[in-house]
Amino acid sequence: MENWSWLLDQSASTVGPEIDRLYYWILWITGIVFVATEVTLVWFLVKYRHREGRKAEYIHGNTKVEIVWTAVPAVIVLWIALASRSLWAEIKDPAHIPPNSMRVLVTAKQFEWNVTYPGPDEELGTGDDFTVRNRLDIPMGRPTALLLQSEDVIHSFFVPLFRLKQDVVPGMDTHMWFEPTRTGVFPIGCAELCGIGHTRMRGTLTVHAAADYQTWVNEQLPAPPAPPAPPAP
Amino acid sequence: MATTAATSGHHDTDTEHHHKLGFIRTYIFSTDHKMIAKQFLIVSLLFLLLGGLLAGLVRWQLGFPGQPIPFIGGLFSDTTAPGGIVLPEFYNALVTMHATFMIFFAIMPLLVGVWGNFLIPLQIGAPDMAFPRLNTASFWISVPAGFLMLASFFVDGGAAGAGWTAYAPLSANSEYSGVHMGQILWLVSLTILGFSSITGAVNYVTTVINMRAPGMTWFRLPLPVWALFITSWLLLLAIPILTGGLIMLLFDQTIGTGFFNAPTDGEPLLWQHIFWYFGHPEVYILILPAMGLVSEVISNRSRKPIFGYHAMVIAIASIAFLGWVVWGHHMFQSGMNPLLGTTFMISTIVIAVPSAIKTFNWMGTLWRGDIHFDAPMLHALAFVSMFVIGGLSGIFMASAPVDIYIHDTYFIVAHLHYVLFGGSLFGIFAGITFWFPKMFGRMMSPTLGKIHFWLTFVAYNAVFFPMHNLGLKGHMRRIYDPNQYEFLQPLQGLNTFITIAAFVLISSQLIFAVNFFWSMYAGEKAVQNPWKSNTLEWTAAGHPPGHGNFPGGTPRVHRGPYEYSSPKSTDDFLPQIVPPDRVLRPAVPHEPSPLVTGD
Amino acid sequence: MVEARGLRGLVAPSLMALVLAGCGGGGDEAPAEGGSPAAGAVIEHPVDAATAGSIRGTVKFTGTAPAAEKIDMSDEPTCASSQGANAVRHTVMVGADGGLGNVFVYVKEGLDPALKFPAGEQVVLDQQGCEYRPHVMGLTAGESLKVKNSDALLHNINATPTLNRGFNRSQPQQNMEFDVAFTTPEVMIPVRCDVHGWMEAYIGVTAHPYRTVTPEAGTFTLDRLPAGTYTLEAWHEKYGTQTQVVVVPASGMVDVAFTFDASMAGRPVPMGPELVLDMHAGTARRASQQ
Repeated sequence: MENWSWLLDQSASTVGPEIDRLYYWILWITGIVFVATEVTLVWFLVKYRHREGRKAEYIHGNTKVEIVWTAVPAVIVLWIALASRSLWAEIKDPAHIPPNSMRVLVTAKQFEWNVTYPGPDEELGTGDDFTVRNRLDIPMGRPTALLLQSEDVIHSFFVPLFRLKQDVVPGMDTHMWFEPTRTGVFPIGCAELCGIGHTRMRGTLTVHAAADYQTWVNEQLPAPPAPPAPPAP
Repeated sequence: MATTAATSGHHDTDTEHHHKLGFIRTYIFSTDHKMIAKQFLIVSLLFLLLGGLLAGLVRWQLGFPGQPIPFIGGLFSDTTAPGGIVLPEFYNALVTMHATFMIFFAIMPLLVGVWGNFLIPLQIGAPDMAFPRLNTASFWISVPAGFLMLASFFVDGGAAGAGWTAYAPLSANSEYSGVHMGQILWLVSLTILGFSSITGAVNYVTTVINMRAPGMTWFRLPLPVWALFITSWLLLLAIPILTGGLIMLLFDQTIGTGFFNAPTDGEPLLWQHIFWYFGHPEVYILILPAMGLVSEVISNRSRKPIFGYHAMVIAIASIAFLGWVVWGHHMFQSGMNPLLGTTFMISTIVIAVPSAIKTFNWMGTLWRGDIHFDAPMLHALAFVSMFVIGGLSGIFMASAPVDIYIHDTYFIVAHLHYVLFGGSLFGIFAGITFWFPKMFGRMMSPTLGKIHFWLTFVAYNAVFFPMHNLGLKGHMRRIYDPNQYEFLQPLQGLNTFITIAAFVLISSQLIFAVNFFWSMYAGEKAVQNPWKSNTLEWTAAGHPPGHGNFPGGTPRVHRGPYEYSSPKSTDDFLPQIVPPDRVLRPAVPHEPSPLVTGD
Repeated sequence: MVEARGLRGLVAPSLMALVLAGCGGGGDEAPAEGGSPAAGAVIEHPVDAATAGSIRGTVKFTGTAPAAEKIDMSDEPTCASSQGANAVRHTVMVGADGGLGNVFVYVKEGLDPALKFPAGEQVVLDQQGCEYRPHVMGLTAGESLKVKNSDALLHNINATPTLNRGFNRSQPQQNMEFDVAFTTPEVMIPVRCDVHGWMEAYIGVTAHPYRTVTPEAGTFTLDRLPAGTYTLEAWHEKYGTQTQVVVVPASGMVDVAFTFDASMAGRPVPMGPELVLDMHAGTARRASQQ
């Protein structure tokens, strides 16, 4: 039965709890409206069901009521929109990417995520870059900024437990940033239909403790010569 | 669809035709709006069935991934489902074609083609459409479009598999999708279908403006006519945008242009802007007429004037207007400038207001009513209660940060089906069961109607409600095999449950089919005005009326369409056509309610 | 590739007309799949074994061979387990005595086009351990190729020819298979799996059976050729093509040697004949035939 839940799994990024809070706010508001509306509806149906001898009342409407039920939803939904605005900008506006972020290039192609790391010099597009297939490994305690590019069709980089998703469009640079709140291994999926192998276009995001991360990078370094340098962001 | 016309050709009506027309002019190339409505009805019900069966195949793969389809598995070719095992490319085609058939070949004609044709002239007191031959053309243009779309299943590479949204470059380049001819046929078919929609819409708009009976002022129009009139404007303005985009995409796919194709410096997001600039008004094209039908049924079956007639009309108009400035909410995660996201978020969320107004007005209509639970009313009430869910779940997506998480998940699938099935399709069922006597001269079986309704209502919720939960767990839409993701594996049980419910839902429609065709020949003969309705169509003699609709001359309209339970009349309805001096006044007038505001 | 798409686009309207006319579509060119056209009728080998000659040769590699490129299969445990940690690309296969493997050698010109050959045994392209086996292969035009998935996971098979009709199909389950055929000779047709970016295969389609793929030793023979003068071509995916004119004596043997050098890497590798669009005939032709 747990799969019928309206609760979200525990998030693992700094923006996760903020998105979740907004979600639960909307869930409460819509939930109350839902229950109130449906209960009223059923109550009306029972109370005003056809009975012999009773005639419906001849009512065409009421302007005051119309104004109230226009204004109240308007205020509520505008509040939701305003409450969403700053969080939206924080997550999506490239100007909000923290300056100390680790920069990583993700090149999507049918049906793989090729992740290019900046290497020890922290600069993309230099000789010490290395590329790993379908694996994004990041350290705790530091934001990561992804530059997303696609070689063929539109893909969508989706990390459910980070509550993050960004389409990857060929011919366009898109950006995404996040900071993990716990270590672990998290699934990455493709959320935009991208062809025959869409269902298999998956990867893993591993969050290492800061110290372990350096070990992981060092393990990758003696790997074969780096592929042609990608354009720097 | 000659067979279709022949099928509908068997049910004779007891009406004398004004002119003696041959079989072909009467049943195939008819210019009579009522016959064209029936042609649309039969053909689009067949497409509805096809769309449902395609959904069944999709659900089979999701409920029982990788297992051979039972019973009919052997019928599939090696390129679609060898041995009954659905291939990913076939799955993509199924998802695409299910949506395409449902949206363009089932729901749209079932709402606009059928009711626009059947109701507009009858409810406004016109002898026919403004352009009867254009009307014939509108139907017959849609037939080759349907054939082309069907043919795409049988060409090399299979049917289009880039989703009904056909996002470029996947849809623009066969090297990415493996589909070439199927995608071309999809594009050509929808281009042709667009001409059908536009010829229809021109006709509806002209007819409503020019051919209203004397006394039928704008605010005496029945709400279905208002809804269809505004929808026609949406069609007129939206379809050409789609057609333009389709032709550009067709050029990308065939002669190597680069409008949307990234390798040739195209702009993939341009397609999305064009598509959704059409696509969001399209969403309202798919729901507004149903709102009109449901308003009519609720007012009639509650025996009570519609609550807030003017507010209802304004709400329809404002939904249609706001529908033009919200397309970007489909593109929050597309890489579009995030500043645009904020703008679109506000316009989108505002559209919840007119939707709320409509819902509250329907409930206001029920309040202190005299509610009759016939099959049309049950469907109309299902519309209201399900539209509430579809509307409220839309608020989650309208909030852009929450949309980041649930975008392209099953939450969206749940939402859109609550609007398109819970909304549009229940509205269509309400309409068919309500106007069936006017169309075919016989009543549908109330018992079968109620069994069909309850099975559909329960199974429908069992299918689509849990999809919210799937989406909240991060279940992406349009994936062939969710078990490829470890975190989705625990959801398999829920997916299987949904699939079983989907088969119940599809099977339940058999009852409707039986009721529909059985009642056409053997149903109880309908009386002149079985629902005791006020609107003009029920005063026109004959089911359906003969050529010219109103043989006694153009009717004169004396009041609004929803004068139910008026204290001026002894009966609980007061048809628009009855002159004030002929109203049978009651001996003792009702106590005026404090809420009565004008006549 | 762009031209090829354009061509298919020109075919499209006519095909649409066919569909409209109720023909049901699928009318252009020969079907992309199906059995060998020779099925049923047994054809005798047209070359008299007594007078036929043969070609014997070697393909050598000089210079320093690049280190084999490792494949990161860590994300596909199913494949990684069958391959171990040593999965490498089979691009440059140099044998112990300097032979070069995976070179496609075939008779390019000189054979009487009227000759009709009996169908050979069906060729199989297997997907095993997330690799195509074989990596380079030959196929006679019109004969069917069996594509098989021995892995218990999803592969897609994306063939992108220039002259033939391509396909992009998938095999989501173990032991799935299908047959395809290419109707027109074309060297080479690249095949790839988009799910596993390293998976590549090359199919050389010839009109006749005189073709072979060298093993690591670099040796090859082409038997039962009619006496005559032929252009022989050797194709390698990294080092390009080389041709030689050879004279095959009746009932005799001729020796040929090809040498590829490490320095040849980096030049464009011919992948299918260059396509020329003949607007008058409405057909595509090879550039070499103009």
